This record gives sequence, C-alpha cells and structure tokens, in this order.
Amino acid sequence: MNPVNYLYLAALLFTIGAAGVLIRRNAIVVFMCVELMLNACNLAFVAFSRMHGNLDGQIIAFFTMVVAAAEVVVGLAIIVSLFRSRHSASVDDASLMKL
Amino acid sequence: MNALAASATSTGEAVQFWVLGTVAVIGALCTILMKKAVHSALCLAGTMIVLAVFYLANGAYFLGVVQIVVYTGAIMMLFLFVVMLVGVTAADSLKETLKGQRWLAAGCGLGFGILLMAGIGQASLSTFNGLGRANAAAGGNVEGLAELIFTKYVFAFELTGALLITATVGAMVLTHRERTERAKTQRELSQERVRGKHLPPLPAPGVYARHNAVDIAGLLPDGTPSELTVNKTLRGRGQIRDVSGGAMADLKALEQRSEERLGREAGRENGRDQDASEVAK
Amino acid sequence: MENLIALLVAAPLLGAAALLCGGRRLDRVGHWIGTALAAASFVLGLVLFGAMLGYDVEARTMRQHLYTWVPVEGFQGDIAFQLDQLSMTFVLLITGVGTLIHLYSVGYMEHDERRRRFFGYLNLFLAAMLLLVVADNYLLLYFGWEGVGLASYLLIGFWQHKPSAATAAKKAFIVNRVGDIGLSIAIMLMFTTFGTFAFGPVLGATGDATEGKMTAIGLMLLLAACGKSAQVPLQSWLGDAMEGPTPVSALIHAATMVTAGVYLITRSGAIFNAAPDAQTAVVVVGAVTLLFGAIVGCAKDDIKKALAGSTMSQIGYMILAAGLGPIGYAFAIMHLVTHGFFKAGLFLGAGSVMHGMNDEVDMRKYGGLRKYMPVTFVTFGLGYLAIIGFPGLSGFFSKDKIIEAAFASGGTQGWILGTVTLLGAGITAYYMTRVMILTFFGEKRWQPAPDPDKAASVEPGIEVTPGAMPHPHESPKSMTIPMIVLAFGSVFAGGFFSIGDRFVNWLEPVTQFEHPHPPISVPVITGMTVVVLLAGVAIAYLQYGRGPVPVVAPRGSLLTRAARRDLLQDDFNHVVLVRGGEHLTRSLVYVDHTLVDGVVNGTAASVGGLSGRLRKLQNGYARSYAVSMFGGTAILIAATLLMRAV
Repeated sequence: MNPVNYLYLAALLFTIGAAGVLIRRNAIVVFMCVELMLNACNLAFVAFSRMHGNLDGQIIAFFTMVVAAAEVVVGLAIIVSLFRSRHSASVDDASLMKL
Repeated sequence: MNALAASATSTGEAVQFWVLGTVAVIGALCTILMKKAVHSALCLAGTMIVLAVFYLANGAYFLGVVQIVVYTGAIMMLFLFVVMLVGVTAADSLKETLKGQRWLAAGCGLGFGILLMAGIGQASLSTFNGLGRANAAAGGNVEGLAELIFTKYVFAFELTGALLITATVGAMVLTHRERTERAKTQRELSQERVRGKHLPPLPAPGVYARHNAVDIAGLLPDGTPSELTVNKTLRGRGQIRDVSGGAMADLKALEQRSEERLGREAGRENGRDQDASEVAK
Repeated sequence: MENLIALLVAAPLLGAAALLCGGRRLDRVGHWIGTALAAASFVLGLVLFGAMLGYDVEARTMRQHLYTWVPVEGFQGDIAFQLDQLSMTFVLLITGVGTLIHLYSVGYMEHDERRRRFFGYLNLFLAAMLLLVVADNYLLLYFGWEGVGLASYLLIGFWQHKPSAATAAKKAFIVNRVGDIGLSIAIMLMFTTFGTFAFGPVLGATGDATEGKMTAIGLMLLLAACGKSAQVPLQSWLGDAMEGPTPVSALIHAATMVTAGVYLITRSGAIFNAAPDAQTAVVVVGAVTLLFGAIVGCAKDDIKKALAGSTMSQIGYMILAAGLGPIGYAFAIMHLVTHGFFKAGLFLGAGSVMHGMNDEVDMRKYGGLRKYMPVTFVTFGLGYLAIIGFPGLSGFFSKDKIIEAAFASGGTQGWILGTVTLLGAGITAYYMTRVMILTFFGEKRWQPAPDPDKAASVEPGIEVTPGAMPHPHESPKSMTIPMIVLAFGSVFAGGFFSIGDRFVNWLEPVTQFEHPHPPISVPVITGMTVVVLLAGVAIAYLQYGRGPVPVVAPRGSLLTRAARRDLLQDDFNHVVLVRGGEHLTRSLVYVDHTLVDGVVNGTAASVGGLSGRLRKLQNGYARSYAVSMFGGTAILIAATLLMRAV
C-alpha cells in the first residue's frame, strides 16, 4: 500500500468535519467537527513527517494538539456561558448581528 | 516496528489501514449525523482512537500516546462534561432552517474534497523516506521530539505554554459567577422557613382563574385576587396581572346581555299584546 | 484746464455725499447747498466751454487721466475723462437745465420733510449723468449709466409710501436692467474684439472687426439705449415714472436721463457706421417709438403722462436721426438740446399747474387757467409752440432738420421715414394742442379736492383740505424763474444753433457730418411740415376748442382705449414676459421634480434597493458565513491548482 492513502483519508476526514461545521446547529457538535478537522490535519502532518523522514511534522502536530486543547477550553467555556444566558446551545440563536 | 516506519508498507499495515480507515470515516460521518450530542462525542472519540493507531503506524509513537491520553482521554471527556451541563437528552432537530444551507454545504464539501484529492494525486509523492533514521538519530522517537522541542522550537513551546495558561484563566473568567451575598447555611434556611408566616407551601397561581400564567394571582372565594399566590419577585416588581376585574366585567356584560335579551323579548311580547288588543278593538 | 473735468463730476458728487450723510443739521440749508453745487458745476462747464472755444477746432478734445481703476495685465480700466464737443454739449445741457430744476425744486418741494434727501438724490443724478458723458471709456460710461439708473430709481420712488410710486420705481429699475444687460454684453464684446474699451481705440478700429461682430455690438448698444431712453420695446417704464415728483419728471425723464441712449448711439457712431443692419434696427426702433409715443400722448388725460408720451415720441425722433448715420447725428443732438429746453419747461409748467390745482393731474378737471396763472401760461405756451415746431421757434429748426434727414436717407426707406416723421409732427401738434386747450382754455371744470386718504396721487407736504375747491394761483418766484429761462431757451435756442449751421459745425469733428440731400427740395419739406402741424392743431381745436369738454372721459374708440392703456404695453409684457416666465419656471420646476430629482432619487433608490438585496447576505448566521469562507477556500485551492497546472 502506498502511504499516500493516509493523506487521502486525512482529506476525507477534513471534508467531513467541514461539512459538519456547516450543517450542525448545536455549538458542541460544531466544536467536535472542528476537532475532527484538526485531527485530520494532524494525520496529514504525521504522514508527511514519515514521507520526508524528519520529525518536524510531528512537532507541528504536537503544537496543533496543544493549541486545540487551549481552544477547546476557551470554546467550551464560551458555550457554557452562552447556554447559561440564553438557554440554548444553537449557533443560529446567536445571530443578533443581523438586521 | 522499523518495518512499519519504512518506506515500503507491509501487507499488515495495508489491512489495518483499510479496516480502521473505514471505521474512522464511519465514526466521522456518525459524528456529524447523530441527533444527540452524546452520541456524536462517542463517535468522535472512536475516530480519534483510530487516528491514534494510525499515528503509531506512521512511527509517531509519542503523538499516538498523547492522542489517546490528551485527546480521547481529556478533551473528549471535557466535551462530555459540557454536553452533560447543556443537557444529555436534548436531541437536535436535523431539519435545516437556513434556506439552501445544506445544498451549499454539500456542494462546497464535495468540491473541496475533490480538489484536495486532486491536489494530493497530482503531487509527486512516490518517494517515502521513513522515519527510521530520524528516530534513530536521537535515540528514539520521544528523544528526537524532545530534542527538537527544547532546541529548535523552544520559543514556540514556551508560547504554547503561555497560551495554555491564558486559556485556563480565560475559561475561568468566562464561567465564573461572582456571589453577591454570603450563601445561607442549611440551618439558616430552615429557621427562616419556620419563622415565616406561611408554613405550608404558598398557594399556586392561577387558581380559579381562566389563566394559569405565573403572573396572574389566584382568586379567593369572594373573587378578589390573592397576591400571595404570585412569585415574590413578580410581586416585588409589581408585575401582577389582575384579571379579576376583567372576569367580573365579562360576567356583568353577560348578565346585561341576557337581561337585555329578556327585556327585549318582554317588550316584543308587550307590543304583540298591544297589537292583539288593537285587533280586538 | 483739463484738470477741471474731474471737478465737474466731483462737485455734485460732493453735494450728494454731504446731503445724504450730513443728517438733520443740513435740513435748513441742504437745498441751497445742492443748488449751489449744481450751479458750480454749470459754471465750471461754462469755463471749460470758454476754454474749448479758445482752442483750434481739431484740438478741442480735452483729456484727464485720474488713475487706473483696474490695473490688470491686458485689462486696463481707467478713471479717465474725455471732454469733446459732444460731451461739452451734454455737460452744458445737464448742468444748465439741472441747475434750473434744482432752483425750481426749492420752491416745489418746500413743504416736503425730506427735501434735503431729495436734493441729495438730484445731485447724485447729476454726478452720475456727468460721469456718463465725460467718461473716456465704455467701462466708466457703464459706471455712470448704472449710477443714473440708481438715481432714477431713488427719485421715482421718492414718495415711497405710495405703493404706486414704489412699484413704478421698481418697474423702471427692472426695465432698465434689461437694457443694462445689453450694454454690459456690448462692452464684453468690445473687449473680446478690440482688447480694450476706451473710446479712442475702439471707435478708431471699427474697420478691423467683421461686420457681424459690429452688428452684434451695435444691437446690444441699441438694447441699452432702448432701456435708458424708453424706446420700444423697453418703453413701459416711462409713463409710470411720472409717479415721481414733477421736477424729477422734468429733469430725468425729459431733459437728461432719457437722452443717455441718444448719447450712447451718437458716441458709438463709428460702430453703427460699420454695421448697416444695426443702423436699420436703430431707425426702425426710432420710427416705431415716435408713432407709439405720439399715439399714447393723444389719449392720456393725465397731464404728466401725456407729456411722457410726448417725450417718448421726441426721443424716437432723436434715435431715428441717430440711426441715419452722419447725416443725422448732429440733428439728433440738436433736437436733444432744444427738446431739453422746451420739455423741461413744459414739465415745470405742468408742475406749476398741479401746484396751483391741489395736485390734480387730470386735464379734464382743469380749464380756463390762463387768467389765473399768466406766467405759467406764457412759458408753457412758448414751450408748446416750440415742441410742435412752430416756425421760428426751437423745435421748428431741429425737428425740420430731422424730417429732411429722414427724407434724405434714400430710396424707399427715405420716403417711409419721411412720412412717419411728418405724421409724427402732425400728431405732436394734435396732442400738444389738446393739452394746451384742456388746461388753459375753455370753461372751468374744477373739482373739489379729493380725500387725501383715498387719493393715492396727492403729493405730500401740500396742505389740501378735502372737499375744498382749488384756488389756482401763480407759483412762487423760485419756480417761475426757471420756467422763464427755459422758455427763452425754447424760443431762441433753435434759431441760435441754426444760424450758419453753427451747431452742426461745432459737433462736426466728433460726429462727422454729411449734408442731407432730400429728394424733394427743402422749402417744400418745410412747407409740408407746417401744413401738417397746422392740420394737427386744427383737428385738436375742432375737437376740444369749440364745445364743452366732458369731465369724465368718454369711452372712446378701440384705439383710444388701447392708447389709454399705453397701447397695451403692460398687458403685452404681462402676457408674454410674466406669464411666459411663470410657465417657464413651472416647466423648469416640473423638469426639476421629475427629471433631476428622478435621477437623484432613482440613484438613491437603486443603491438602496441593491443594498437591501445585498443585506440579505448578512443574515447573522455564523454557518452562512462559514459556507462563504469554505466556498472561498475551495475557490482559492482551485485557482492555485489551476495556476500550477498552467
């Protein structure tokens, strides 16, 4: 098997995650889809790291994980406070910027 | 192990890829299609575990373990906690409310995916170096990563540390609620209850009324509203809707109408009597 | 000697400044200051005249350069004066008649509270008129021209508390504006053509420009002259201008201001000589106005308005003569001077009659006044004989020359013009005889004085007891002396000028002169003129002299009624100009509302509509924005791949 297949898989997962962001209204699920996209990217990094034979790709994936963790913490805090004030976790409800 | 990281992949890895890859895709699809957030979270956790296995297969041993411990173990649990806070049972309607959103999403997704695949297919990625030499140079995968992180990427590493602590503080600030008064102890609460005027629970609002909204006072037997039946906050704000007057007026109007009808009928009868008497004359 | 020219203008200007700014302190002596300064100007004029007579005929033009008013490269507006024979004639006429009228006004305005102001305005008028005639370039002339317009506005509307006077002043000012536009355009055309507007360079270079340009300048100058001289079609203001005090009518609307147009055309003779079409237009305007004014004069019962019609008609003679070219200029000016004498005298006489008759202006309510006002009767009568051209008096010499020149202009044009001028002379004789008979002969038709509250025409300052019968009396000396002096002028000026063609020779260096050669001999023309005027007198006598004159005017024929309405000039103006202007305005408003506003509002509405549609893209849903981002990313990737593939 050609390891390029890992890249195809990463692309597929990324696309699925992106579609999820677009179609789901529940902020938590949207967040999960974002995580899925990040993980797809990580998979691509790891696969590239193997292709090029150096560890820089893995380092980037590592940093991605750390940043994703920070992002999840803040994002979930926002969702919780949003839910507290509006009793809804729907991203469509947070649409006060329209006319 | 080295064989897995080599340029040529083994048959075993191929079998593993196809089987687990299928599982990962199914997991991802379930993540976006499940109605309940809990199910989505579980499916995502499954996908992440599969990805961890793929990391290991690609020679990223450290990342594979971190993926399981940090992602699947910590972040996904965090998600589940939030889901629990928001409501585990709350099921989302999958019916689309934005016009054309689903078609646009499908179109964009398909186009994007096809373009990505085309890009990957077009790139000349035939050579595969494998990680063997890179891992071996530092005496192992973890040592190699550590050397890079603490030398070449040390500033980025420190910055991510700062980012993490900031995110933690931010999360605390966002979810923190300041107490405005000292919390009452259980003892104080019970004493308050016994010393109050109403030992039993307050009467429910809307009794004998045609509404059962919380801001409508229940009616006492004589028809007057009882303010006690309304929540203390609403009472304090003076937001009690008094419908007793309306009800009384309705009743009065009803009586009036019936009286009029009776009276008119009586008058008509009188007239008829007069006609009759005139005829008689 | 040249340096005195500026003083000529400065003296009355100083008087105007002193009287208008001096305040009540000058109330008691103001009128004498004004009269003295006007007289000073006249004396200066005489001194200059004497000096001029001492020079050689070819070197009589005096010049004085005061300073450069607008010193711009290529545009030099000079305050500079030029006093030649033509200007000299005007200076003497203006200051002489002006001084007499100042003197007359001292008596006439005696009871007016604002007499000082009146004399200030009179002095201002003199200064402006003198500036007009001694200017050595068209720009300065324009300055004086506007000054005359301003002074006439102030004087016509002097009794501004009367709505009719205020309206008349505005009317005069506005109609004059139309003419002023002609003058300003003419000056601009001169500047673009010759690069200057000094008389010398412009009039000396008329041969260099194309005839079309000269015609344009000439027509614009004619428009200006029409405005100032009350010629058709800008004649409508003169009749209403009689709302002003009578001395104003005498000074401005008979002797001087209305002659500014004749001066302008004569001064610009070189331009008209180079533009035959413009000259023809001048002649046509003159001929039409001549008859127009005469017909109007026949129908008016208001003595001042009858005289105003006469003025219009006589100025028509002058304009006509000026339009004839070198054969006519000198006669135009000669008639102007003699007319200045007898018309001023007639107006002053009319003022004197009104003064004695409780300010009644309707001639049908006069009658038999010759016994009560002998001096007025005699001076008025001499003026009357002069204006109708009775042989031996001023008007005879000047008008007869114009008739000769009209016949001499050649061909069919000559015959037509000759007939018109002859006819005009006859009509003049008719209406002046009518005025004379109605005023001084016949039985008394006096009416009780009208209630001053109801009658708008009563001049203030004269005590009139309502219901009292008038007691005609001779006017004070300050009024009769000017009348006597003017009567002398009316009688002798024409003969004095004509002995040995004195006046023509005097003006010849400025205006050129060609002897007219009429197709029929001069004595025949003179005989025809006398016959025609006697016929006019006879008709008037038959109509008014033999029987009683009705106090209320009979309805009259269609022509009479039209003439009473100034031959419908105001109706014409109203229908064509006012209504036309209103319609134009309305259509412009319509265009503005529909087209201009439509474009503006349409643009705004389309932008608004587009924004309203584009706004829907901003629906506030994060997921919609995400789709846009995602689609954009896909497009970017596609573009990148495409570029790599290419």
